Amino acid sequence: MGSNTVRLRASACVLATVLLAVLLVPLAVPLDEQAVDLAAKLHPPSWAHPFGTDEVGRDLLLRCVYGLRLSLLVGVVAALTATVLGTAAGVLAGVLGGWTDRALMRLVDLFSSVPHLLLGIFVVAMFRPGIWPVIASVVVTHWLSTARIVRAELLSLRTRPYVDAAVSGGASRLRVTVRHLLPGVLPQAALAAVLMIPHAIWHESALSFLGLGLPTHEASLGNMVNGARGSLLAGDWWPTLFPGLFIVVPTLAVAALAGAWRERLDPRRRSELTL
Amino acid sequence: MARMAGRRLLTAVPLLAVVTFGVFAIAAASPFDPARAYAGSAGLGAGRDVLDQLRENLGADRPFVVRWWEWLTAALGGDLGQSTSLRQPVAQVIGERIGWSVLLCGVAFLLAVCTGTALGVLAARRRGGLLDRTVTSLAYTLEAAPPFWLGLLAMWFFAIRLDALPAGGLTDTGADAVTAGQVASHLVLPALVLAATQLPWFVLYVRQGVGDALDEDPVRGARARGLRERTVLLRHALRSGLLPVLTLIGSRVPELITGALLVETVFSWPGIASATVQAATSVDFPLLAALTVLATAAVLLGNLLSDLLYGLADPRVGFDG
Repeated sequence: MGSNTVRLRASACVLATVLLAVLLVPLAVPLDEQAVDLAAKLHPPSWAHPFGTDEVGRDLLLRCVYGLRLSLLVGVVAALTATVLGTAAGVLAGVLGGWTDRALMRLVDLFSSVPHLLLGIFVVAMFRPGIWPVIASVVVTHWLSTARIVRAELLSLRTRPYVDAAVSGGASRLRVTVRHLLPGVLPQAALAAVLMIPHAIWHESALSFLGLGLPTHEASLGNMVNGARGSLLAGDWWPTLFPGLFIVVPTLAVAALAGAWRERLDPRRRSELTL
Repeated sequence: MARMAGRRLLTAVPLLAVVTFGVFAIAAASPFDPARAYAGSAGLGAGRDVLDQLRENLGADRPFVVRWWEWLTAALGGDLGQSTSLRQPVAQVIGERIGWSVLLCGVAFLLAVCTGTALGVLAARRRGGLLDRTVTSLAYTLEAAPPFWLGLLAMWFFAIRLDALPAGGLTDTGADAVTAGQVASHLVLPALVLAATQLPWFVLYVRQGVGDALDEDPVRGARARGLRERTVLLRHALRSGLLPVLTLIGSRVPELITGALLVETVFSWPGIASATVQAATSVDFPLLAALTVLATAAVLLGNLLSDLLYGLADPRVGFDG
């Protein structure tokens, strides 16, 4: 068993644990029971509180699980929306070609020329506060790469003999698109969607950390890191460290699994774990 | 080459105009009210007629296309409007702060290029070896880590635990003059963290480039001539492996800006990236619009630089684009 297999199995275990925790823990322990307990504030990690407690005495492990749940929810909704939008744009550009293609790709170039986080900050600043502006800000900045990938894949599929055969067999353009081209690009789009989820979580937590994301009373990972800045300056590291680890570890696990998936889709490409 | 640069600069002008138009369109579609933003906390108790009057005075009751056109023509004359949160002309805000941002980003970028090249070459020397696996895992972990989190952890360790470096700002609190020594000691932490966020990309690309070059004929030829391993690695493999990386440097501007937005905020660095965040928090539209356009211009300039370098490094590529 090579070190690659070990890494893939470890990644799969991490993701399974994360998903189970995020789905099951809220059923067992509601967050409301986490009453403020000022007598227990800023306890370092112990057996009772494995991750310690925050500045008002709440258990950090539970808050991290809830934070990841919220971030994951935002990430999945945003990534799915961006993928649908990007795939639609890519397919339209690739199938219609000509004027539509040029206009759509110019639009993609235009959006790409504004730094992602800055565009996200601008959108959120104008429509704040709430969860939907955050999702919109992720969607606006993340559909671009999917549109490019889908279009490129579609253009290469269009030259394949089986598409020529369908066209000469009298199939309409719509039928060729739906029956022959779309199924060919979906695996790439799905891979892009999965890789987008960690990136969307990154984006959401950065906005929340800047105080521009989710409302501050929500337990999101970015909000937790932002809220812990005061205690960090007093020397208490655990309220900052653990929420960040909840972003880094699942991201690495997704990247490792997606790398293996990419290699199966296209064995010619070297399996590099790109985030 | 000069023709290509000229043509690209000419196409950048309409692109920037379209970006400003988009910025005004988004603002027009949002619930954002320029009159309330201008009045600040005084506007909270103001009646409807007072706000309406203010809106009329500001010209905010007219369609956004008209306001956009006026802003654009004024901006071309050097008047970028008035920042509502800092109560200063926008041009003055940018002028005072841009130098600090350029200093921070420049130092961090240089640091990332040098460290990244060194680590990439070390990793490429024996691909799959222990050193390679350590360096690449480190690079992936750094890439997955949010920059603000890295910044806070570095601040905790170096400034609070070790008490070796200042935790933020440009000078010590109470210092009345900005001296070079003060700035240098306050620059260390933010520059290190910003460099760390840019590092993974360089390490992975240099490793790839040098690793591929090690398998190519010129390197095999150099080995066959009996040259020393160090000469082969640094004079042959690094030279051909580094070229594609160097030419892509210009395209890193967006990531550098993203990193600066977070790092400047964490360390209260008085640059334009932290001003952007402040402008966003207080919905300071004039400042936010100007800074968005400025960042876009920086990205376009970076892309142009990257294309020019590519053409210089590889004569097979023409300057027609």
